[in-house]
Amino acid sequence: MTAAALDAPLLAMRGIVKTFPGVRALDGVSFDVRAGEVHALVGENGAGKSTLMKILAGAQPADAGEIDVDGKPVVIDGPRTAEKLGIGMIYQEFNLVPDLGVIENIVLGVEPRRGLFLDKAGAANEASKVLGELGIALPLDRTARRLSVAEQQLTEIAKCLVRHARLIVMDEPTAALTDREIDALFALIAKLKAQNVGFVYISHRLEELPHVADRVTVLRDGKAIETRPIAQMPQDDLIRLMVGRPLESHFPDLPPVEADAPVVLDVRDLSSASGVPVQDVAFQVHRGEVVGLAGLVGAGRTEIVRAIAGADIPTAGELRIDGVRVVIHSPHSAIRAGIAFITEDRKAQGLVLGMTVRENTTLAHLDHFVHGPFIDRPAETETTNTEIAELRIRTPSSEQTVRNLSGGNQQKVVLAKWLIGQARIFLFDEPTRGIDIGAKAEIYTLMVELLRRGAAIVMVSSELPEVLGMSHRVLVVRDGRIQAEFERADATPDKVIAAATGVALRGTQGTR
Amino acid sequence: MAESDVKAVMDARADDAIAKRRRAAVIRTASLAVGFIGLVVAVNLLAHGNFLEPGNLTNVLRQITVNAILAVGQTFVIITAGIDLSVGSIIGLCGVVMALVANTLHLGGPGTFLVTLCVGLAVGCAAGWINAQPVVRLGLPPFITTLAMMQVARGLAFILAHGQPIPLADSTPFDWLGTGYIFAGIPGFPGIPWVVLVMAVVAVVFAIILGRTAYGRYVLAVGGNEEAARLAGIDTRTVKTLVYVISGGCAAVGGLLLMARFSSGAPQNGVGAELQCIAAVVVGGTSLMGGRGTIVGTFFGALLIGVLNNVMNLLNIESYTQQIVLGAVILLAVVLDELRKRYLAAR
Repeated sequence: MTAAALDAPLLAMRGIVKTFPGVRALDGVSFDVRAGEVHALVGENGAGKSTLMKILAGAQPADAGEIDVDGKPVVIDGPRTAEKLGIGMIYQEFNLVPDLGVIENIVLGVEPRRGLFLDKAGAANEASKVLGELGIALPLDRTARRLSVAEQQLTEIAKCLVRHARLIVMDEPTAALTDREIDALFALIAKLKAQNVGFVYISHRLEELPHVADRVTVLRDGKAIETRPIAQMPQDDLIRLMVGRPLESHFPDLPPVEADAPVVLDVRDLSSASGVPVQDVAFQVHRGEVVGLAGLVGAGRTEIVRAIAGADIPTAGELRIDGVRVVIHSPHSAIRAGIAFITEDRKAQGLVLGMTVRENTTLAHLDHFVHGPFIDRPAETETTNTEIAELRIRTPSSEQTVRNLSGGNQQKVVLAKWLIGQARIFLFDEPTRGIDIGAKAEIYTLMVELLRRGAAIVMVSSELPEVLGMSHRVLVVRDGRIQAEFERADATPDKVIAAATGVALRGTQGTR
Repeated sequence: MAESDVKAVMDARADDAIAKRRRAAVIRTASLAVGFIGLVVAVNLLAHGNFLEPGNLTNVLRQITVNAILAVGQTFVIITAGIDLSVGSIIGLCGVVMALVANTLHLGGPGTFLVTLCVGLAVGCAAGWINAQPVVRLGLPPFITTLAMMQVARGLAFILAHGQPIPLADSTPFDWLGTGYIFAGIPGFPGIPWVVLVMAVVAVVFAIILGRTAYGRYVLAVGGNEEAARLAGIDTRTVKTLVYVISGGCAAVGGLLLMARFSSGAPQNGVGAELQCIAAVVVGGTSLMGGRGTIVGTFFGALLIGVLNNVMNLLNIESYTQQIVLGAVILLAVVLDELRKRYLAAR
């Protein structure tokens, strides 16, 4: 124990509450970091880690709760305030200006000046002083765009230090690093710890925590479940604490897949290079079956369904629908092949927010409503009203602009858009993200109804209970590949998490 | 509530909403008309009765034709969140090309006219198609690609014309369009200039395309959310390519009208026209951010600007002051539109 630990902690957050419409993201979370300590923060996607850190960084205000820095209460009302308090953030997506050089990036916003002008020599001195103290070698003559990921990260760290940060938050810092780079990063963290810098360390890679962290806090459903020294937290415990809850019961009964159900969608050796590279993904979906794609954010699940839906063009592989090979080179050809793609981000990809419920509902199948040269508006209204009634979309009328609907009702409009067609293969990407429990249950019921009508469903979900509760089979994706496959009966939370994070569970599986 | 009941309620509400929107549109148009008439009467008094002269009214319409036709095409481009800076130069290029074609043809009246028209349209549409290619294939900003076309088309026009206006060797196939009137035979009625009729046809046809056809819906969808439109199976490249083709085609029609009017194709025709028509589109309530806009609005935008110009001329306001007034009106129109949107959003 260092002497600093006896004093007030560097940072103390108490009873932090944050509510978004329909979701309580943080429910009275308390969390502290001592000087010279690395405190790991773990939890499933959506557990509240990022929200907590955004509040700390001043990017979002908390609804309730207190924050102390060095034992003194503070109000963090913006990123500038956080910076002044000595809090530095390093997000997973770096915040560097690609066309500025390393030095310019390090001193960005705190540039030394000489009168009216920038003091270039001063900036270079300041940057090399910080880098020199830590023994970091960076190619100072390069623009940020041309740095490797590890070099960009070091630049971010130097950026924090030039601002005299005493607490550094790192979000998934090792996600894109090689083993050697990770070792170097950990050595650097150790050096900074010796200078009394505190760290919040967010990571899904549970196996690395004992090498870097002092304590760990598990966040689940917006609550801090447990905080322990890392030495007293075996990985199995950690996973159990992360998953914790019994599966919620708002899932309808999935009708079993008929024994002789034919394969509807057959994906063979699919690869794609847009976003996270997808490599040699192969799986089949039968009539009346839901296949769940589990995995961490950034594992490549969305890229897999996007390649099937023609949203990205696959670089290799083939698709067979009902045993017939189909070539999908655009969303249009996917729709014609009977594929409906319900995207992850309904506002950015699913809806034209400025258009009405009617216009959005008919957008993908407008050709059904065109008679002669003109759109048949009464027919559009008729169909839209049928969908509003069937899906219980709460809207004043079909002429309402979708921007004014709630998240759950917007999502139902997206579903209506695909239900009015002849699709038999439904690709759901995070179908219930950010919507309330009631609307969630309605969407699950709708999925069951689709199965009864003979649909085949692929569902990407980051919510473990959802994947486990609504899938006949679970495929676990990591690094753009399918790493494991579980039948419904075998798909336990710890097995799925272990496969998703790449951790071998002691005791539960034969491998050691 | 049973589904059928819900549906009945929704049907009734949709009817309601449509009726309400119609009423709102009628009220809006009516209030606009009343304001317009009030303004006109006031102006007429100020101008000692010269404004409401039938001859002057026809003049106003005649003066706005080219701008209104350009603005119709520009509306499509701006709804997709694009911009077409090349239309003024395309007018010049098409005018020169059409004059050259007309001078080499010996087909007799209608034949010469039709072939010339087709060649002009082909040149205008081709220029629009070229504008669109870097935009849809490489995602380049249309500001840049059409700025380049603005330079290239203007330069081509001057080279083809050797820097001089090309007079029509025989202007008879075009005179009816340039200076002629239709319905002039009715006693007590001065008739309607052919150019005004052409403008009306262009505006009505494209208003119907934008408002009633699948293509028009797709243009609005691409402007509102291009990715959502693409994932809904819409061929967004083709939709966007066509808006530039439409804009180029409208510019070609504008070039034809100017050539017919002056019996010559001048390479400098249409200088500055791109900004005039963008002003009309914006005053007409089309959003530069895309996704929203109407041809009716654009027509009234062009009309408002035309009336203002005319009135200021009648009142002998000097041209420098006119520019300041026009600039202020454009700004005011956009500010009012923004305030109206905020008011509606806040309710």
